Amino acid sequence: MTSTAVIQLFVFLLAGFVGFQTISRIPPLLHTPLMAATNAISGISLVAALVLAGADQSLLSTVLGTVAAGCATANVVGGFLITDRMLAMFKPAKVERDGAHNQ
Amino acid sequence: MTATIIQLAYLFAAALFLLALRSLGQPSTARRGMQMAAFGMLIAVCATLLDQRIVSYEWLAVGVIAGGIVGYPMGMWVPMTAMPQRIAFSHAFGALAATLVGVGEYLHGLHEHTLTHGQTLALGFEVFLGSLTVTGSLMAFGKLQELLPGAPITFRGQNVSNLLLFSAGVVCLVWLVVSPYSVPFFIAIAAVGLLVGILIVLPIGGADMPVVVSLLNSYAGLAAVATGFALDNNILIVVGALDGASGFILSMAMSKAMNRSFTNILFGAFGAETGGGAVEAGGTGGEMVAISADDAALRLAFARRVIIVPGYGLAVAQAQHQVRELVDLMEKRGVDVRFAIHPVAGRMPGHMNVLLAEAGVSYDKLVDMEDINERFADADVALVVGANDVVNPAARTNRSSPIYGMPILNVQDARSIIVLKRGRGKGFSGVENDLFVSPKTNMLFGDAKQSIMQLGAEVKLA
Repeated sequence: MTSTAVIQLFVFLLAGFVGFQTISRIPPLLHTPLMAATNAISGISLVAALVLAGADQSLLSTVLGTVAAGCATANVVGGFLITDRMLAMFKPAKVERDGAHNQ
Repeated sequence: MTATIIQLAYLFAAALFLLALRSLGQPSTARRGMQMAAFGMLIAVCATLLDQRIVSYEWLAVGVIAGGIVGYPMGMWVPMTAMPQRIAFSHAFGALAATLVGVGEYLHGLHEHTLTHGQTLALGFEVFLGSLTVTGSLMAFGKLQELLPGAPITFRGQNVSNLLLFSAGVVCLVWLVVSPYSVPFFIAIAAVGLLVGILIVLPIGGADMPVVVSLLNSYAGLAAVATGFALDNNILIVVGALDGASGFILSMAMSKAMNRSFTNILFGAFGAETGGGAVEAGGTGGEMVAISADDAALRLAFARRVIIVPGYGLAVAQAQHQVRELVDLMEKRGVDVRFAIHPVAGRMPGHMNVLLAEAGVSYDKLVDMEDINERFADADVALVVGANDVVNPAARTNRSSPIYGMPILNVQDARSIIVLKRGRGKGFSGVENDLFVSPKTNMLFGDAKQSIMQLGAEVKLA
């Protein structure tokens, strides 16, 4: 096993552990935004797609890379937008809704 | 030098992603955190453009622009009720991206003769999990969007054939690792993955979709991890691990809330079991007692504490806004109103919270099951809207009931109970509900939206 592979395993293990700890603390209230958020973040595969699309290896690789870049970008753009839209709806009680309602 | 800059940018982005997930722990910080994550994403993408392997920018620009055009409506125009299918659909997108990158990298390695056993293992994994997630997510999307029949589709020997197919995929993977240049096996892995994805979602009913969607989230994450291993790209490993952990935690939470074991879920065989026909519960055999809307409204108007239990029926009836208006009217009269949210209320984890937040209910009023259960005893009225199994006391008391052991909302502890229900029939699981025949319970039959509007009008007059 190469040393790179070992480092990769370390990264995976630690990231998984930190992720598990962090995400366990997210209340069920925000589980849907969480899903949309991880979806948006997982669009990071865009960075791999960009390299594939731009490397000019062969026509097939370029096409695959371009489609992959499109899919990943759609997830990034759509994912962050919808997460933001959702989170903007979660308001605390003290905010005056229409002004007139509160006594 | 450029390579270092890129790596540092990735490190920065990974840190921001983690902070964003941390900020999701509270609704007050969540939005800000996610905006930071979006910024991190921008940094990572810009840094990647400096990569020396990129020699031409036309095609990647085409991809990014096309993706942006598709992504914008997916973010801004999709209604909140359609959230589950929207998420399922973008799992398919994410997995497709990972799969295509895997195929591209394999082709590259094949061409340059640089494939190692380790890299092939990672690529094989990536393509298998990726293609499985693509078709699985599309199936889930089809079922949620009702393009496909929502009922479980089962046939004899389904589990055996699925397992055989799955094993065939694993065998191909092993073969490919041993001899990385056997292209037919690489294609076979992708084909088997596509097929397995369809077959595992086939037997799962519409109501079990929250588990499927979470599980596919996890698979998509693992595919990204494999990409990271194959490309030696740490940020993909980190993000994939986060995604995988998130999907895993959500599937666990969902399976617990739906009273299913985790192995049951991993093998995707759960849809078949629930359809076990009508099971006679308890046998207390009382009669449901109906109540008129004006009587129910009087009780709500003169209560001190009311807990509303929204179920999927509320979302189906699109009655969130009417409920919020009713709550506003009650609160004007000084009634303390809370919502009790069961983890599986809705079609995906946390869905009901989003629907109510959209209608303008503040999040302090949305209380999770564990926190609200002890407060039912103090409630003068529990108003159940379109929920059934999640309020069935048989889950606690009747060992022979198929839902025995499922965590439920303790509605039966409230001083009185009003249930809004479309008709006298049973819920989707076909289980009788003792709560409905309890002497404390009154039934208000009819469409949820109509009933709530009537209640609102009567409370206003009271």
